[in-house]
Amino acid sequence: MANSSLGQSTATTRPEPSALVPSIQWGKWLLVFFVFAYLALVLLVPALNVFVQALKGGLPGLFETLVSDHFLNAVKLTILATAISVPLNTVFGLCAAIAIAHKNFPGRSLLISIIDLPFSISPVVAGLMIMLLFGTRGWFGPLLDATGIKVVFALPAIVMATIFVTMPFIAREVLPALEENGTEQEEAAATLGASSWQTFWRVTLPSIKWSLLYGLILCNARAMGEFGAVAVVSGNIAGKTQTLPLFIEEAHIQYNTQAAYTAALLLACLAIVTLVLKYLLELNAGITNKSH
Amino acid sequence: MTSIYTSGPPPEGIWHRIRTASWPWRITWLYLTLFLFLPIAALILKAVTLDPREIWQIATDPVALSTYNVTFVTALVAGLVNGVAGLIIAWVLVRYEFPAKRLLDAAIDLPFALPTAVAGLTLSTIYSTNGWLGQFLDPFGIKVSFTRLGVLVAMIFISLPFVVRTVQPVLQDMEVEMEEAAWSMGASRWQTFWRVILPPLMPAILTGIAMGFSRAVGEYGSVVIIAGNIPFQDLIAPVLVIQRLEQFDYAGATVIGTVLLIISLLVLLVINLIQARGRHMHG
Repeated sequence: MANSSLGQSTATTRPEPSALVPSIQWGKWLLVFFVFAYLALVLLVPALNVFVQALKGGLPGLFETLVSDHFLNAVKLTILATAISVPLNTVFGLCAAIAIAHKNFPGRSLLISIIDLPFSISPVVAGLMIMLLFGTRGWFGPLLDATGIKVVFALPAIVMATIFVTMPFIAREVLPALEENGTEQEEAAATLGASSWQTFWRVTLPSIKWSLLYGLILCNARAMGEFGAVAVVSGNIAGKTQTLPLFIEEAHIQYNTQAAYTAALLLACLAIVTLVLKYLLELNAGITNKSH
Repeated sequence: MTSIYTSGPPPEGIWHRIRTASWPWRITWLYLTLFLFLPIAALILKAVTLDPREIWQIATDPVALSTYNVTFVTALVAGLVNGVAGLIIAWVLVRYEFPAKRLLDAAIDLPFALPTAVAGLTLSTIYSTNGWLGQFLDPFGIKVSFTRLGVLVAMIFISLPFVVRTVQPVLQDMEVEMEEAAWSMGASRWQTFWRVILPPLMPAILTGIAMGFSRAVGEYGSVVIIAGNIPFQDLIAPVLVIQRLEQFDYAGATVIGTVLLIISLLVLLVINLIQARGRHMHG
């Protein structure tokens, strides 16, 4: 009950207990001050620092990194891996949600837990699993060697790692929306002679579009920023199999602070866009906030 | 032969089910099999083919034991710190009105949106001995970056939103009348907090702590950047997995990875038990 009725904290205003008991007014401001101080130390100052450090070298400093080959390759690879894994996870998430939403079968909640499983598994362990499957000494290693197909230390493994860690995002947003909508509209469409494909495009999809978008935004942010799982399987070859987060780590290790922070700035902008879109969706489309 | 004598349900073997399953079902199972079950099976089957004595030896190797200590103890401390701080943040966001409240509420999710590499990078700069915040700690001999304290800071960062987001909705639904009743009957502020406010929030707080702990245990990106990754000091288990893999020690990586997987599954079980209990308590 508690989880499903999650609203935004800001949506309803309650009478403040402090208004009834004036003596704890100072307690309120003490707590508010604590919250600001804590969030400043842990979140806000670190976020601000990304911008300050990246812009410290001025525009020339930024441009030097922005036009470097390794950086551009990292951007390209990150976008490519995301552009493959997010649509695949979208198809999966929609299928899973449609398959589960209006059915009651034994093991239903177990299946939902299984879909959520990647959120509990360490990304590094996920990467290890892919190595054990496709690495040189993995299950399919000899087969891949014989056929000359490169999976690990190449794009396929990076995509698989990204798919693994972002698998639940779409399904877990779309499923509650479908459950809430019920089946009347779909049944009506079917009665009027719509094919199941038409029903999906014209009835189901429009009814869940905001939830789907919400899931997509979160899935995209995680896919672009994934580090652990990709670090294991990519081989981290600069200019070839290095994604943006890996580029940041290497630049940092080599004391190339400007390059590290330029890439970090790009990803921080992605995070801010993500938060703004997420906030707008919560505000306007009535989507509830969940922790992942 | 038996089918003639038994009038049971029609033959519903697994093949029949697959043939009659809808397309969404087929795609769901195919996808789960390829991208989830197969990788998990690879890890488990690799682990069971190892000699049990070898597994024990690798799992209880001094370096491995020290990484469990750093990973699990630090993640637990981070979870507890955020348990207290998260409760206060949720309380302030639900009960009080103040400037920039909405902005603050939205900023809570930053750790979900900001890539961990960026978090590790900026935290390590800020908390280095000449960084914005680290310079104030240095005179007291407190070093954060490249120490276990740095691991803690990174883990606090990434597990921050969980308790806030689990407690917020419960607090929202809570009747203020109960507190007022306690007040008017002469309960002190502390009594009201401990006896009236805290008990119904407990399942949500514990769930949030467990989720944050689980996330912190598996975290790699931010920790590897802020820590020095030195064995017996601030080396975490996920980094050890990667180090073993880089040495082509698949057995070593598998055993440590399996330990991490088992802990994750146990925490998941605990979360489900807490939530089941919470539902039971509230009818």
